[in-house]
Amino acid sequence: MNKIKNIIKGKFFFIFGPFVFLWLLRYIIPNYTISSKTPHWAYIPPQSCLGGCGSIDGLIPFVDWTNALIQFLRKYEIFGLFTFRDFTRGIANYVDKFLDLTEAILHKGFPSYDVGPLPWIFILTLTIILGFYLRGWRLALLGGACFSYLILFSKRGIWELSMKSLAAISVSAPLAALIGLCLGILAVKRKRFANFLWPMLNILQSLPHFSYLILVVIFVGIGTKAGVIATVIFAFPPMARLTILGLQNISQEIKEAGVMAGCTKWQMLFKVEIPAARSPIMLGVNQVIMQCLAMIVIAAFIGQPGLGHDLLIRLQGLRLGEAFEIGVAVVLIAITLDRYSQALALKEPERREGNIFNRHPYLFISIFSIIICTVLVFIFPFFNEYPKEYTISASVYLDNGIKSFTRSLFVPLGIFRDWMLIYFLMPLKSIFQSMPWTGVILLVGAIGWRLGKIKLALTVMLFVFFIASSGYWVRAMITVYMVFASLMICALIGIPLGIWASKKESRTKIVLNICDIFQTFPSFIYLLPAIMLFQISDVSAIFAIVIYSSIPMIRYTVFGLRNVPQQIIEASITSGCTERQLLWKVKMPLAFPEIILGANQTLMFALFMVMIAGFIGTVDLSQEIFRALSFSDGGKGLIIGLCVAFIGLTADRLLVEWSKQMKSKLGFKTH
Amino acid sequence: MNKQIKISCSNIWKLYGENPEKFLKENNNNPSTEQLKLNKYIPAVRDASIDVKTGEILVIMGLSGSGKSTLLRCMSKLIQPTDGQVFFEGKDLLKTSDEELIEIRRHKMGMVFQHFALLPHRTVLQNVAFPLEVQGIDVEKRENRAKEVIKLVGLEGREKYYPRELSGGQQQRVGLARSLAVEPDVWFLDEPFSALDPLIRKEMQNEFLRLQSMLKKTIVFITHDFDEAIRLADRIAIMYEGLIVQVGTPEELITKPATDYVAEFTKDIPRSKLLNAENIMNEKEKKLHENTVNYNDKIEKIASKVLKSESIFSVINANKEVIGSVSKKELIKALFAEDKNEQD
Repeated sequence: MNKIKNIIKGKFFFIFGPFVFLWLLRYIIPNYTISSKTPHWAYIPPQSCLGGCGSIDGLIPFVDWTNALIQFLRKYEIFGLFTFRDFTRGIANYVDKFLDLTEAILHKGFPSYDVGPLPWIFILTLTIILGFYLRGWRLALLGGACFSYLILFSKRGIWELSMKSLAAISVSAPLAALIGLCLGILAVKRKRFANFLWPMLNILQSLPHFSYLILVVIFVGIGTKAGVIATVIFAFPPMARLTILGLQNISQEIKEAGVMAGCTKWQMLFKVEIPAARSPIMLGVNQVIMQCLAMIVIAAFIGQPGLGHDLLIRLQGLRLGEAFEIGVAVVLIAITLDRYSQALALKEPERREGNIFNRHPYLFISIFSIIICTVLVFIFPFFNEYPKEYTISASVYLDNGIKSFTRSLFVPLGIFRDWMLIYFLMPLKSIFQSMPWTGVILLVGAIGWRLGKIKLALTVMLFVFFIASSGYWVRAMITVYMVFASLMICALIGIPLGIWASKKESRTKIVLNICDIFQTFPSFIYLLPAIMLFQISDVSAIFAIVIYSSIPMIRYTVFGLRNVPQQIIEASITSGCTERQLLWKVKMPLAFPEIILGANQTLMFALFMVMIAGFIGTVDLSQEIFRALSFSDGGKGLIIGLCVAFIGLTADRLLVEWSKQMKSKLGFKTH
Repeated sequence: MNKQIKISCSNIWKLYGENPEKFLKENNNNPSTEQLKLNKYIPAVRDASIDVKTGEILVIMGLSGSGKSTLLRCMSKLIQPTDGQVFFEGKDLLKTSDEELIEIRRHKMGMVFQHFALLPHRTVLQNVAFPLEVQGIDVEKRENRAKEVIKLVGLEGREKYYPRELSGGQQQRVGLARSLAVEPDVWFLDEPFSALDPLIRKEMQNEFLRLQSMLKKTIVFITHDFDEAIRLADRIAIMYEGLIVQVGTPEELITKPATDYVAEFTKDIPRSKLLNAENIMNEKEKKLHENTVNYNDKIEKIASKVLKSESIFSVINANKEVIGSVSKKELIKALFAEDKNEQD
């Protein structure tokens, strides 16, 4: 009796009580399932799409409203002169000018002057010299290896494709960095703008790419310039964030030193603040470059040519060997650009004294090599254009290898796949599908309220209500199920691996390095092994999601465990803890807030990857977005995108707040 | 206004909290500690009035959180005080425009920071030349001037180094050089040596005194180290919880502490090294005795001969006039002053 009383009094009851109650109601209320034609309103929001979502009103017709707005922007002429679309297309044409230049340099050449594109030998040599300059021979070796691969394996035109992609990146990355920098500076200088920018960045970063691709198609069109603009929209938020962080973290004294020297506002900005925040700002540039690379495949959906485009075609045709070759090219470029820009971010000015050659050695080496290369190019055509007969391709062998590999594993993999589907994924899916939307709203509200913030509770409830009223509740719950299933598997893999890795310095180093490399892979690459192993099914989607999103789980677990203060560990050992007790009674509880943050990141990664996995045919929100993309239905794409964003933001708000509160209870400082 | 006074602060308040101006007004510009606490205001500086005389070294001394750095920043208007007035050379700093303020800072003020605040991306030379650079002085001229100051602080040959290549002491020399590059009238030093090792600190204090003997600036120096304050100061202002508790020469603080708090600070100071005959003499007894001591002789110098003899020593000033006397009694009283029972 007492026990029951305690349960009723306890906080657990208040949080989960209403949810469980509503859930159990389905045994009394008829027609609760989605299989019935008119499910009860308390379970599935009215006007929702149940199976195929042709045209859906939703409880609130957000999609129609958005489409009306888009129509308005397309048709309405501002001052009777031009429409909003004319304006965006004007900007796009401006971007096109820059693109013409980079494309001419890298792969088109200047036909009117009878000058070809930059010969490969220049690019290879300058990359190697830059590597030496930025960090040393290892980096130079990486850069050299990357471009050598692109040249050697160019049987199917990997070099030209890479140059196309690089031409697009060399416009989109600087543009995104510049926009991010300016917005970041503005946000630091004008508090009111910051209040506006932060939530915008949050939504922009959790919106799936495909949903604004549609808007880009409507307002800009298709092709390389559209791809560049989509990339810029996707890539500037981390730059803005890191600029804000960097500028805010400059030590007060340095700013005061600037003021006392008598700096004007602009002198302060350009001579003190930006240089002092150089490292975080350059890390922002690094992030921008990585985001641009992640976009090369996605931008291919709206017709941007390059590596991404060909990768996509080969994936669709299941020509995995060739796809693999292109995938390696993408990965190599990604790793190289990542390491180069990181080196640039961390590079400190070096003291060089003596004559002009001693002071600028790399400048002179570069000039010298350019002269030599020019001579070579003019004498030997080999250095101008790498002859096709010297190129190689391993795709045939790869194809055969993959085929025999999967054939030999066909039976066990098949068994594993079916087992996963029947005993894990299907039951989990049906649990999520049977959750009443009313109950879910109450649940997130109760958790938010329990975490002590009424504002938080209302925000997350509003997020969930938006999803429910948009008409895509059923699809959204499938997305939630996929993310949740992946999260569970990620935790099962990531936490033990993190614990193992945190035990020794050497292991930590290796594991974090592997994480680094995996994180630089553009997300589409992960679909390759997934399709190879599990063909097209929920299992392959989840497989791809899990490899991609285990990384933060591992990283944060290692970070949390290794950051337990040494004193506490020593105190525990001297009190006689065994290894196991030390882990479970001391380290894990202290690392737990960090692990929660890891779970949060994993969730975000998973949500992002679910959208990409829609490419291999899942039936959640991503499928609807792909459909919206092919119909150019901007309103639908945007609203579904917001649904995805709100799933992410709901989880993010709750988990981050939880972790923060635990940290402050443990007496850790929170940033 | 007195020409001798460089900076004059009167009734400076700096409160942190919601709408502190309104709160101050409602409480007649003088809220009590209880009122502040009750309304959750954090008082950094409370009703501080102090004048900085031309050419003196004024040390503001207090423990962390006593408001000394905030007061310093109010003097240069790095921080806007909640209430009160700051006059710099007779000009009301709180009413000057931003442009004027920039001009004043460019030509009349120099500041040294606790953690050096060097710009990491600039060489020593470029750091020192920075205040000149922002004035728009051309490269050659500013680098020549910077080289002069670098030589002055003894960092010749390190012009091309980056801050991270220098030791803490050397970095602070760069900080000193930078603040001196514009030949300021007033030199603000915010705990300049606190981040340094004790040995280096001593060396830098000597360096500072050497520079001041050449330059004769008006100086406001912040420290939490009473020994440092006594070594360097012409006058010391002691702050406690935002209030200026006492202002005076080191000798005054030791012989006449205004509060127990000040007395607690001065307790461990070796008096024999600091006080001189004039500080401890009996002023009533002005008869010329056989033995005499000079008015500025430190106690440690005269102690042995006074203690050995039973007679009274006359204290004479620079004009050989008798201004008082010391005997065993005065000496013992001065040296063991913390024991209050014996004092009376």
